[in-house]
Parts: sequence; C-alpha cells; structure tokens
Amino acid sequence: MMKYWDIFYSNFIANLLGYGGGPATIPLLEHEVVDRLGWFSTREFSEMVALGNGLPGPIATKLAAHIGYVQGGIPGSIIGLFASVAPSLVMLLALLGILMRYKDSPKVKMLTRVVRPTIAVLLGIMTYDFISDSYTGVGWIHTVILLVAGYILLEKKGVSPAYVVLGALIYGAVLLG
Amino acid sequence: MHKDLFMAFFRAGMLGYGGGLSAIPLMHKEVVKTYKWMDDDEFSDILALANTLPGPINTKLSGYIGWRLKGFWGMVNCVCATVLPTAFLMIMLLTVLNAYKDKPWVEGMSKGVLPIAAVMLGILAWDFVKKSKLLMGWPATMILTIISLLVIQFLNLHPALVIVVLIAYSLLSKGAKDDRKKAGGSG
Repeated sequence: MMKYWDIFYSNFIANLLGYGGGPATIPLLEHEVVDRLGWFSTREFSEMVALGNGLPGPIATKLAAHIGYVQGGIPGSIIGLFASVAPSLVMLLALLGILMRYKDSPKVKMLTRVVRPTIAVLLGIMTYDFISDSYTGVGWIHTVILLVAGYILLEKKGVSPAYVVLGALIYGAVLLG
Repeated sequence: MHKDLFMAFFRAGMLGYGGGLSAIPLMHKEVVKTYKWMDDDEFSDILALANTLPGPINTKLSGYIGWRLKGFWGMVNCVCATVLPTAFLMIMLLTVLNAYKDKPWVEGMSKGVLPIAAVMLGILAWDFVKKSKLLMGWPATMILTIISLLVIQFLNLHPALVIVVLIAYSLLSKGAKDDRKKAGGSG
C-alpha cells in the first residue's frame, strides 16, 4: 500500500510544482524517485529520459507510467498516470472562472516566470549529474563524442530525437558493450 | 463523436515528438482546422489558461477540450488518447531492454544514451533560461538562477520548498514589474 502512495505522491508533487509544462516536472520527479525513494539509479533515470524523448507524446506522463509500472505493475502505472494528469486538470476545470479573470493578472504572470530559473537550475544540475555519471562509466572520450554529436544533431540539425536516441543505442551496443 | 475525439488526440499525441510542446500545433490543427470544434481565439484562450497552471500542458488541453465537448467521459477519452498509447510504448520498450540488462551490449546501449539524455536536459535548461530572460530580463534571471543554485545545490534544500516560496512570493507581491512599466509607457 505504501508503495502505491509513494507512486502517487512523487508524481503528484512533481506535476503540481513543475511550472512550464511537462519538461519542468523531470528534475522534480528525479528528486523524488532517485534521491528520496532510491527506486532508480541516475543512469536508469537517464535511460527513461532519453528513450522517453525518443518516443512521441508528453514526457511527464510517459515517465509516470513507467515508474508506476516498475514499482507497482499495471495498477501502479495507472496511479502514476492519474497523479500526473489529474491535479492540474482538476484545477483547470475547478478554477476556470477565476483563471479566466486573472489570466492577465500581473501576479499570475509573475508566478509563471519566477519559477523558470529554478527549473533551469534543476535541469542544469541533472545535466551535470548525467555527464559526470557518464564520465565515470565510459570515460571522457566517449562522453564528449556523444555529447557533441548529440548537441549538433538535436539542436543544430534538428534531427528527430528518435533517430538520435537510436544512433546512441547502436553506438553504445557496438562500442561500449 | 467519441471516435473523432479519440482519433484527434491520438494523432496529435503520436506525431508530436520531443515532449508536449511539439504536440500543441498538432492539436490546434485537429481541433480548429480538421474538426472545427472551436475557433482560433478559443483555442489560444485555453492554451493561456493551461499555462497559468503547473504540470503537463497537453493533458490539460486535451482534458479540457474533451470536457467542453462531451462532458466527463469526453475528458476521460481525450486524456486517454493523449497519454495511453505512448505510455504503453514506453513501458514495452524499457521492459524489453531491462529483460536483457545483463547482456553487455544492452549495458552498452544504456551507457550510450546517458550523454544524449544530458544533452536533452541541457537544451531544456537553456530554453528555460532564455524564456526567463525574455520575460524578466538578464538581471532578475541571473539573480534567481544563482539563488536557486545556492539554495538547492549547496544548502541542499528540497527544490519543492524553493518553488513554494517563489509561488507564495508572487501571489503576495504586487506582480510582474515590467508589465506595469509597459502599461505606464504606452499610456
């Protein structure tokens, strides 16, 4: 029972505080399931993020479904999905009238922007953790090659994340196995 | 109607790569152009509303649109269409990969995607910084970034705490400054 509560709570908190859409919830979720609950290692979590980004659809719900499934099977998966979708949707429907009135209010505007640097820092810390983990695992040379190639393909060439992830999987299978 | 709702959000979800944001134009196309369930203004109103709240944008959009059009079950239908197919793919893929975890080449695959995940998060982090700069300017962005970094990384406080404090501060303050300046300037 405790496990299901943890699945619910970790997704609930991450999605309740993740301002700026699905990606904002990633570091908060990592904080819960890697740092606090110890359910996954940094590497396992990075695998979820990479493969999750290689697949279509929202990232927060893919992570929630998978984390729930690993920890609590299909019921766990449903609980994870519910916790990530329901709170903000219920808030939207319940507060519709109020939000309509205040959507241009300076307070709400400020709220949605002051949180962004914090999310940026959280994402930045995760980036650093992933890089240092990769350095420990495969050394500088492979890490730098993959970082540079990944950056050029994703950001400069606009290649679909699906192909970049596939390429990294093949690279890893052949050269890092 | 329910079949159309499902197909509209299923297509938008399955074709939207790279996180939720890429699916928004696809949803717009389905909802406004293909099925004509609402017009441009209504759609952008809903998007603005969804942005004032935390959590994934897509599920808020699809859930609300489903609710508007077909009540509770419309909402359930649209959210499921957005979320379930990709959740299923995700679980399948990672479960298969985990089943062969002890094979060295699968171990290698997991090592290979680690730096790619780092790049993806790095790009996201920078996007948040850029967006923040656009909305608040460099000084405020830098100050908030440095304070967040100090508090989270060096004081080791829970990030949730930082965010709750920021939310409380915004609601108690007089609101975003540059908007008042702009309003004053144009008036």
